[in-house]
Amino acid sequence: MNSISVRAAADNIPSTREKLSIRGLSFFYGESKALNGIDLKLHERQVSALIGPSGCGKSTLLRVLNRIYALYPNQRAEGEVWLDGENILRPEQDLNFLRARIGMVFQKPTPFPMSIYENIAFGVRLYEKLSRAEMDERVERALTRAALWEEAKDRLETSALGLSGGQQQRLCIARTIAVKPEVILLDEPTSALDPISTAKVEDLIDELKRDFTIVIVTHNMQQAARVADRTAFLYLGNLIEEGLTSMMFNNPKDRRTLDYITGRFG
Amino acid sequence: MKEHIVASYENELRDLGRKVAEMGGRAERLVADSVAALLKRDTELAERVIVQDKTVDALQREIEEAAIAMIARRQPLATDLRQIVSALRVAGDLERIGDLAKNTAKRALALEGEYRAQKQLRGVEHMSEIAIEQLKSVLDAYSNHDDARALAVWKRDGEIDAIYTSLFRELLTYMMEDPRHITLCTHLLFAAKNIERIGDHATNIAETVHYLVVGEPLSDERPKSDTSSLTKMSVSR
Repeated sequence: MNSISVRAAADNIPSTREKLSIRGLSFFYGESKALNGIDLKLHERQVSALIGPSGCGKSTLLRVLNRIYALYPNQRAEGEVWLDGENILRPEQDLNFLRARIGMVFQKPTPFPMSIYENIAFGVRLYEKLSRAEMDERVERALTRAALWEEAKDRLETSALGLSGGQQQRLCIARTIAVKPEVILLDEPTSALDPISTAKVEDLIDELKRDFTIVIVTHNMQQAARVADRTAFLYLGNLIEEGLTSMMFNNPKDRRTLDYITGRFG
Repeated sequence: MKEHIVASYENELRDLGRKVAEMGGRAERLVADSVAALLKRDTELAERVIVQDKTVDALQREIEEAAIAMIARRQPLATDLRQIVSALRVAGDLERIGDLAKNTAKRALALEGEYRAQKQLRGVEHMSEIAIEQLKSVLDAYSNHDDARALAVWKRDGEIDAIYTSLFRELLTYMMEDPRHITLCTHLLFAAKNIERIGDHATNIAETVHYLVVGEPLSDERPKSDTSSLTKMSVSR
């Protein structure tokens, strides 16, 4: 008898080296605790999905990983997050450098109100001094990898705001990968996109994981099943269960995971 | 288990389970009737089996359509997905069981006025009793998500295979003793083979129940006792 299984995006998982190691992580918005002692390992060149009902802490967890929360007073994290043997939560961590290593793409496309070209070049200039020719090449490569080059190459100097939603989101991904990060955080990257754009972004995720470690937050269970190698289920600030995506969606061990993924609560 | 947030999904799943149960009941009756028709030379009953097999086929189509629509509409996961896939598989096995019963019934019609091999008939009868028990048991296991019961069915199939093998030898000997028995014995042999195959489908269903309940396929090799294909008989005499 053959087992019918939801296959993970890739069965030949390329690496099991830990890229990020989250240890005993708790997070507070003022007095209220949003994450409760999370222990989770994220592997290099794999796609890890974070799923869970609204308010379970998955976006919070993502926000800790590049310390976006540090922009806000009253928000603090306890515990450790190790990136390649370095605790990125330590106070002396250089945040600009960290965010170059760990890029983030948000739910709504957030292009800068400038040309398509400048949207990408802007971030690169913060970290690198490139000649015009080198920059041209960098922009082209980023747009090509984000599957946007063909659509954008003849209008690079026009405003990015003239792009469609799906194109804007791919531009944001191009902008993120142009600074050559190691980890890409995607916070519901397709929830505002139509099915075709969603398919393009998912295809892009498959392609990007050859070079990057990807963490994706999604409300779409089927999307997690399609793109992720591993999936973690969070509920009420706790990590309930984590494992290979095929296991999580075929045969989860925890009742709460099962109830959530089959639409019995959440 | 909690109910789905979407009530219509819950109803569809329940409906699907009900349809499979109904199909199981009908297939079971066809098997019992086909063997009874053969043993009692009841041509009317045999004809009824042949006609009623169509309703089993129709149920299979209904189950398939419902399952495909649910997969397309609901994108089921985990237990829900397994339930739907299991319904498809079990319906496939039950449809085959119906066909095998129909074939046995046709042989009952072909055998009109030719009965004498009481001993061999008893062999077929005994086999069919076990096969029907197995089928009943595995359908209960399916309805109740009872993995232990399914495993018991799975393990017991060897018994049917062993009877089939010995019946095979017996019928061959009988035919060699008196060529006038060849027509009868050949039909009985095929009827016995049908029943043996029904037993195999029951074990398929048992495997499906295991997958349904546990979420993993049964990995062990099932003990095989049908060695009739290895039984040597000299062809030239």
